[in-house]
Amino acid sequence: MNFDWSWTLTWEIMPRLLWATANTLLAAGAGYAIALVGGLIFALAQRAAFGPIRWAVREFVEFIRSTPLVLQIFFVFYVAPQFGIQLSPWTSGLLAIGLHYSAYLSEVYRGGLEAVPRGQWEACRAINMSARDTYFRIIIPQALVPAVPGMGNYLVGILKDTPMLSVIGVMELMHAANSIGSEHYRYLEPFTLVGLIFFLISLPTAGLVKLLERRLRLGLGL
Amino acid sequence: MPIWEFLQKYSSVLMHGTWVTCLQFVLAVLVAVSVALVMGIGKLSANPLIRGTCVVYIELFRGTSLLVQLYWIFFVLPLFGITLPNFTAGFISVGLNYGAYGAELVRGAIQAVPRGQWEAATALSMSPFARMRRIVLPQAIAIMLPPWGNLLIELLKGTALVSLISVTDLMFQAKQINASTYLSAQAFGTALIIYYLFARVLITPSMRWAEHAVARRLGRS
Amino acid sequence: MNVSKSYGKLNVIEHLNFDVAEGEMVSIIGPSGSGKTTVLRTLMTLETINDGVIYVEGKPLTHMAKGGVLVPADERYLRRMRTSIGMCFQSFNLFPHMTALQNCMEGPVQVLGLSKKEARERSEELLHMVGMIDKRGQHPSRLSGGQQQRVAIARALAMRPKVMLFDEVTSALDPEVIGEVTNVIRKLVTEHNLTMLMVTHQMGFARDISDRVCFFYGGKIEEQGTPHELFGSPQRERTKQFLSAVKEAV
Repeated sequence: MNFDWSWTLTWEIMPRLLWATANTLLAAGAGYAIALVGGLIFALAQRAAFGPIRWAVREFVEFIRSTPLVLQIFFVFYVAPQFGIQLSPWTSGLLAIGLHYSAYLSEVYRGGLEAVPRGQWEACRAINMSARDTYFRIIIPQALVPAVPGMGNYLVGILKDTPMLSVIGVMELMHAANSIGSEHYRYLEPFTLVGLIFFLISLPTAGLVKLLERRLRLGLGL
Repeated sequence: MPIWEFLQKYSSVLMHGTWVTCLQFVLAVLVAVSVALVMGIGKLSANPLIRGTCVVYIELFRGTSLLVQLYWIFFVLPLFGITLPNFTAGFISVGLNYGAYGAELVRGAIQAVPRGQWEAATALSMSPFARMRRIVLPQAIAIMLPPWGNLLIELLKGTALVSLISVTDLMFQAKQINASTYLSAQAFGTALIIYYLFARVLITPSMRWAEHAVARRLGRS
Repeated sequence: MNVSKSYGKLNVIEHLNFDVAEGEMVSIIGPSGSGKTTVLRTLMTLETINDGVIYVEGKPLTHMAKGGVLVPADERYLRRMRTSIGMCFQSFNLFPHMTALQNCMEGPVQVLGLSKKEARERSEELLHMVGMIDKRGQHPSRLSGGQQQRVAIARALAMRPKVMLFDEVTSALDPEVIGEVTNVIRKLVTEHNLTMLMVTHQMGFARDISDRVCFFYGGKIEEQGTPHELFGSPQRERTKQFLSAVKEAV
């Protein structure tokens, strides 16, 4: 057993890891922003009046949910250029992770939308509200409340999936740890520190999500 | 290259990769289910030491990333004298990670078994072990099967990461083909479809079947 | 046989002194929240007591003697003592993943170590006694409330307990099936020499079959006596109030 933690190395690589942490947070945040919007589009498309659209979107969402994210990342990164679209690692990475979580969030939204009582739609019809206003002013605000726990879970989920972006060269935490490891021939410190950093971010985030959920419930008198 | 020509040329490599993915999946499921049962039941223990250990395990594996755990187990664990070949390190990491998520499903399901069932078993003087094995777990399994179906699909997707420590699974083979031929759409596209079929044709229907079987045993169907 | 206990429990039950003789049928009545059910649950050791000792046949139930003093009993001792007590619940609590017969066989096989054959014979005999032999292969979800409760009685009896506890066994039943359960209990009273404690809301039934009726109020026995005494000429004001309120409701 040659377990000897090097504090010198720890302090030496810390700045690089912290800088990479910023990138990880950026990737998670941007990916989540894409997913928030994309998920809503998928969810609403599954309520479209035109049957084939509903079916196609439903199957697409299922497809994305049941295939590995890391494979999707590769797919976007390598296949887009075949069609003449050059994407940077960052762009294709965010696109892939954003799309992946759009599928998950659309399920969460769908559950929320289905939880809104029929009477709410009928009330909107009764006061002659437009479809747009019905959705954005009445239905979606109510659908969000039951959706918040699921949305929070996937925020933590997306954070923990960002290391996969390292496979196409996005300079986030895992990528930094990998290159530090191969430069110094030491994996103990970088990988352990990365694990620690993830733990220190995801645990409070999960706690925060729970707090927010309770606040929201209290605020809406539920 | 047309897709059928591509398939003709690379099907044997892709089949081999699929077979390795199958093995990784089955072995990881075995690890995950055992870990989930031990940790999920342990988290409900009256003994604070056992409970604490389980909470730490669950939070640790859920709070860090699967890829971090995989690299840690493969690259760092040898420093502690535990060297695992990449195939073993692969399914063990995946199993340990999803086992932590499964433990929460086990705990939730056990707690969802009505209080009266515990009391009736106690009134029959059953030992805590017999009560858990004969009365509570069979009912908890019926409760937790649907969420386990989702977790198994997540676990299948998780096995794709073992390619990053050079386990020659489906993902790995797709990457290899891509690197040598630049047929990215064909290579990755085929792999995506195989994963999809694995999930939709194998996992989902067998979980449905299991749910039905359990429901029948409860006399509910 | 001799059950006596005295204990204090955070206002639920306060310093209760209570003896039941062997073969006696005691009914416990009283308003909800008066601690009636708690008495049965402490006897079944489903609730712990904070103070005092319960004796069953002269042996402490939830304590054991160690070096001359009584200490709280360990799980093994508790399990041994529990075998002499059987209980039926308001909500039946049959095991949903087992048939009626399997429900009855579970205790004898798993706890008493009987062979499957012996357990089956014993269980079938009891299912016959409660009139459920034809439904032995059915799961609880296929049985009516009254049928489930009769199976639950058979399941408890299959352990050959010396004391049977009935906790509001008819409260969750539709009125028209209450009779099939009370008839079984009636049969037990006339044909077997079991010691029984029954918490019930059915005054008529309690009056018919009990040797003694206890009226609980605020965690204490407010009044007790033969059914004739208690229902015929209650002494205490609260008993009178309770009985007249019940009468009005009927």
